[in-house]
Amino acid sequence: MTTETAPIRKNSLYVSSSVFIWRSMLHSLRNTEALIMAIVLPIMLMLLFTYVFGGAIDPGGEYVNYVVPGIILLCAGYGSSSTAVDVATDMTNGIIDRFRTMPIPSIHVITGHVVASLCRNLVATGVVIGVALLVGYRPITSITAWLAAVAIIILFILTLTWLYAAIGLVAGSPAAASGYGFVLLFLPYLSSAFVPTETMPNWLQTVAENQPITPVIETIRALLSGNAVGDHIWWAIGWCVLILAGAIVWATATFHRKAGNR
Amino acid sequence: MTQLAIEISGLKKKFADKVVLNGIDLEVPVGKIFALLGPNGAGKTTLIHILSTLVPADAGSARIAGYDIISQKEEVKQAISLTGQFAAIDEMLTAEENLWMMGRLSGLSRSESRARARELLEQFDLTEVASKRVKPFSGGMRRRLDLAVSLVVHKPILFLDEPTTGLDTRSRRTLWDAILQLTDEGVTVFLTTQYLEEADQLADTIAVVHAGKIVAHGTADDLKSQIGGEVVELRDEHDVVIKEIPTGGSIHEIKQILDSLEKNTTSEGTRISIRRPSLEDVFLNLTTKEREESLR
Repeated sequence: MTTETAPIRKNSLYVSSSVFIWRSMLHSLRNTEALIMAIVLPIMLMLLFTYVFGGAIDPGGEYVNYVVPGIILLCAGYGSSSTAVDVATDMTNGIIDRFRTMPIPSIHVITGHVVASLCRNLVATGVVIGVALLVGYRPITSITAWLAAVAIIILFILTLTWLYAAIGLVAGSPAAASGYGFVLLFLPYLSSAFVPTETMPNWLQTVAENQPITPVIETIRALLSGNAVGDHIWWAIGWCVLILAGAIVWATATFHRKAGNR
Repeated sequence: MTQLAIEISGLKKKFADKVVLNGIDLEVPVGKIFALLGPNGAGKTTLIHILSTLVPADAGSARIAGYDIISQKEEVKQAISLTGQFAAIDEMLTAEENLWMMGRLSGLSRSESRARARELLEQFDLTEVASKRVKPFSGGMRRRLDLAVSLVVHKPILFLDEPTTGLDTRSRRTLWDAILQLTDEGVTVFLTTQYLEEADQLADTIAVVHAGKIVAHGTADDLKSQIGGEVVELRDEHDVVIKEIPTGGSIHEIKQILDSLEKNTTSEGTRISIRRPSLEDVFLNLTTKEREESLR
């Protein structure tokens, strides 16, 4: 037998993904504490590294020109880590079951969070650059290099956000998601973000020079100071694309595996 | 032949070593309210999850609106709406935004979604809180919004997993009225509940599930008559029930019951009355019988 099916129009991919983006954007805007943190943290870090540590690291006062790419990535790390919590919260709430039983590609719940994270982080990046300019940052560069730097930053944010989304899916609860995500926040410190790797002990140098964040930092730094990017840019893109692809596959697989197993 | 909205045969499900569903067979005709009644952990939610395509079954099959839940998943999703055990609404959004979002996701245009949201807010008495965020809503308001959300587009089959658990009497009645109204529009409702009263009030047919199996199936009256025609009830001087004894209702049987009463169970003030069995009697009777059998 067949029951008469109600006249439900098949939804376009565009509509469902834009609805989920709208939803995540509203979440971001309404989560006041997180929003304030996203704006205040870049300001604090920028001031901290310029005025507190800067003098000791480089008494010449040039440190601000060195540290800006590092602060951008550090803030991107903090900014995208909330994606893990957002995703984990959705997965532990009954709403995910409702989305899953609707004739829509429910994975767009996750892409909604990713897009919102990208927007939040670009704002934070803007704040970092703004504050940096106020405290004496003087990038020497062309428009094309700026655009290239922004493109690398976007790629980095997407990579990190998808990774955090996967962590949020794997974690059993929002609190666990926040805990696991914390580990990743330390990576920028073990790179050339804040001090040249040559100043580190030998064993740490090997780690720092070969971890994914260092080429990203070096690429952005070179682009913003008018130097040649060399091999760094290919390493940066390579690492990001590899991790991004892995994170998307991991997240999608986990999303489907966890269906109904709350 | 009556049209069937839901046909289930031989469904089984195990989680790790625990058997949750042990061969479920059920049929629900179109436009009827069906209640799956059972204690916590009886497998009610698992069955709903399987029927709504969230979890695959280990064995057996089911057809929803004529579509197979495994091979025609997308068609099944078109035909159903699920309201889970936990209110499936977005706390960060307002009541109206929740409804609007579901309208958009279900293929309504922007203006259609807005109009439908207004209509439902009105119907479920939520107009006053339409533009308030859901987070501080009471349990009753959440459940009403939850049900409203699942009605944004007209779906022929509705799954409600314990729709009134944790609600006060007044909110429960409001929700019951809303569910009863649905059948006027030809909607088939499959609901689970722990409350006998709820099943009795709402459902056209009831199945009692216990330890992953259907132990009884029929209308409320069918079930009541399964344990005999009448119940002999003894009350003490304070009108407290001290004993309930099911019986066929013949004079002979009742005489036997009276003879069997020991002196010490009754006193001067003990009163006797004979009534129809309640679903509670059926439920206790079935689930204890089942437990005794499994212990044997």
